[in-house]
Amino acid sequence: MTQPQAGTMRDSQPVNEPVIIAQDVEKWYDNNFHVLRGVSLTVNKGEVVVVMGPSGSGKSTFIRTFNALEPYQKGTIDIDGIRISHDLKNIETIRREVGMVFQQFNLFPHLTVLKNVTLAPIWVRRWPKAKAEEVAMTLLERVGILEQANKYPGQLSGGQQQRVAIARALAMQPKIMLFDEPTSALDPEMVREVLDAMRTLAAEGMTMVCVTHEVGFAREVADRVVLMADGVLVEEATPEEFFNNPKEERSRKFLSQIL
Amino acid sequence: MTSITPPAATRPPIAQTGPLAWARKNLFSDWFNSILTVVVASVLLWSGWGLVTWIFSKAQWPVVENNLGFMMTGLYPQAQYWRMWIIMGLIVTLSGLSWGILGRNQQYLFGRSVLIGIGAIAAAVILFPLTRPHSPILFGMVALTVATAWVGQQAGKRLPALSNWLAAGWFLVYIASIWLIGGGLGILAPVRTENWGGLVLTLLMAVTGIALCFPFGIALAIGRRSELPIVQSLSVAYIELVRGVPLITILVMGQVMIPLFLPEGVRPDRILRAIIALTIFSSAYLAENVRAGLQSVPRGQSEASVSLGLNKPLTLILIVLPQALKTAIPAIVGQFISLFQDTTLLAPLGLLELLGMANTALSNPNYLGRYAEAYAFIGVLYWFFCYAMALGSRKLEQQLNTTH
Ligand SMILES: Nc1ncnc2c1ncn2[C@@H]1O[C@H](COP(=O)(O)OP(=O)(O)OP(=O)(O)O)[C@@H](O)[C@H]1O
Ligand SMILES: [Mg+2]
Repeated sequence: MTQPQAGTMRDSQPVNEPVIIAQDVEKWYDNNFHVLRGVSLTVNKGEVVVVMGPSGSGKSTFIRTFNALEPYQKGTIDIDGIRISHDLKNIETIRREVGMVFQQFNLFPHLTVLKNVTLAPIWVRRWPKAKAEEVAMTLLERVGILEQANKYPGQLSGGQQQRVAIARALAMQPKIMLFDEPTSALDPEMVREVLDAMRTLAAEGMTMVCVTHEVGFAREVADRVVLMADGVLVEEATPEEFFNNPKEERSRKFLSQIL
Repeated sequence: MTSITPPAATRPPIAQTGPLAWARKNLFSDWFNSILTVVVASVLLWSGWGLVTWIFSKAQWPVVENNLGFMMTGLYPQAQYWRMWIIMGLIVTLSGLSWGILGRNQQYLFGRSVLIGIGAIAAAVILFPLTRPHSPILFGMVALTVATAWVGQQAGKRLPALSNWLAAGWFLVYIASIWLIGGGLGILAPVRTENWGGLVLTLLMAVTGIALCFPFGIALAIGRRSELPIVQSLSVAYIELVRGVPLITILVMGQVMIPLFLPEGVRPDRILRAIIALTIFSSAYLAENVRAGLQSVPRGQSEASVSLGLNKPLTLILIVLPQALKTAIPAIVGQFISLFQDTTLLAPLGLLELLGMANTALSNPNYLGRYAEAYAFIGVLYWFFCYAMALGSRKLEQQLNTTH
């Protein structure tokens, strides 16, 4: 299913081992707004899937069901073999394995950058402080924020904040990373530094689901692109096919708006 | 392509300074402001002059001078006044240490304004007729503050972990003070609570009430936002019930009605009843202040926290509550200040705190009608402590500000 021309910069190729299996997921907001209308998606280990679609189509809602930030009412979602149910224990286990990066960064403003990154490893993984800080420093160096480790988030630029948010999620050593429009709140000149960090991550073989409208990133990094519209997945294709030769009318219309 | 040379680094333009420039800008910027300035200045001068002449020639201060001990400590046995000085010494010592330890990274602990302040207090202690009998001790207290602040700074530089022990230190001082006031343990002669009074009682009730209503208020605010319907409705019921009743009603219930129901033996002490009543009342208001703070924390904060795998209690304690309390500081301290002043409502109920002692002094025929002097004096005392709280709140806000 993975085309050789996609993801050519990857060191490791995805293997055929599903880590996210969503089947016929349906969700209603406030018992009346049918936001997800039977969505199915399988993501293999090491795969990068980009989710696109018009505003309000349910992209955020969909990927937020993967770490149980949004409950769903019908269908099933299995993350790395664990079914997302109402069981709190399961949910906490899943959240430990799934990192998430938000459009608005959501860094903790009352903690330094270093504390933002070490918080979860110390309290959830129960690592000793020294180990958590060592790992945090390595990650901050990788995303190029090492010098800012003792500053507060409010003292950083948007691009720097988003890179800290990526490091914070990675510090838990997750198996899967979710990105919800990570560059949409950034000034254009900062988009690149964040995309670069994501590229590196993909090259290292991280399983990623990204909601993004960055066509360049999708073309270069994604194994698959899916288009969501009105709560359903309209098309699922390699980036090559999707951008050059979309099958669905809905996709063509969407692409004509963003390209 | 021509390269553009960047302009040489310059300094920001020098501000027009000097008192004249300042006055022109702030007081006389146009004819309307000039008239306003002249009018306001004359009113201020006129009333200020009136105040000064009253203080120094018309007012008769013996009502304060001769009752100073009563106003400070109530009917506390004079032979035991030394205990009060020890308490003051403990508080001064720990204040100095806290100041030094928390300010350990400041280059000058004693900056110019601080030095002027210390000098002014020292001069007042020596020159002010009211305090003259005790000026050696009071002067010693000022010196102790400076010395302990210096020690605190030196110690704090070497052992930054000391700052984590300050809260425990204050708790110990609180316990020690109560023991010193009340005596007991077979070491100090007991002093019955009927004899506790004056400023000491005011401070004791206010500090205890504040220390108790803070955790209760937070718990109620969290309860009000709980997903458990029983917890939520109980919290709402408590908050709305208490907020619907005037404080004086709750205080009267505590002082007058509870004794009617409970026999002498099991009846809690009246000071304790007063503190409980103040706490019951203030917790409800504090809960609403904290709730406003909780609501001001964006949802993304708890989403980010739980998506990292932190459970709900940890998310609340580590992420949401610190931010909520920080935004709520001004409102919370406002509530503390109210509680402090609300202790005066206990005077008409026969509890001889600061206002009660002033009233007792005024009932002495020797000081007939000297209300202005007595109330001016205790008013200054109330102002001093409330202003200190307001100042502390502002400092805390500055220290917790992480956006610059
Ligand atoms: N908490 C909520 N309660 C009710 N309706 C909601 C809620 N959150 C989102 N919606 C609605 O659900 C729909 C899908 O929202 P969602 O945020 O998933 O869209 P999206 O595809 O991510 O859009 P965007 O590109 O603008 O981020 C929208 O119509 C939105 O108004
Ligand atoms: Mg969205």
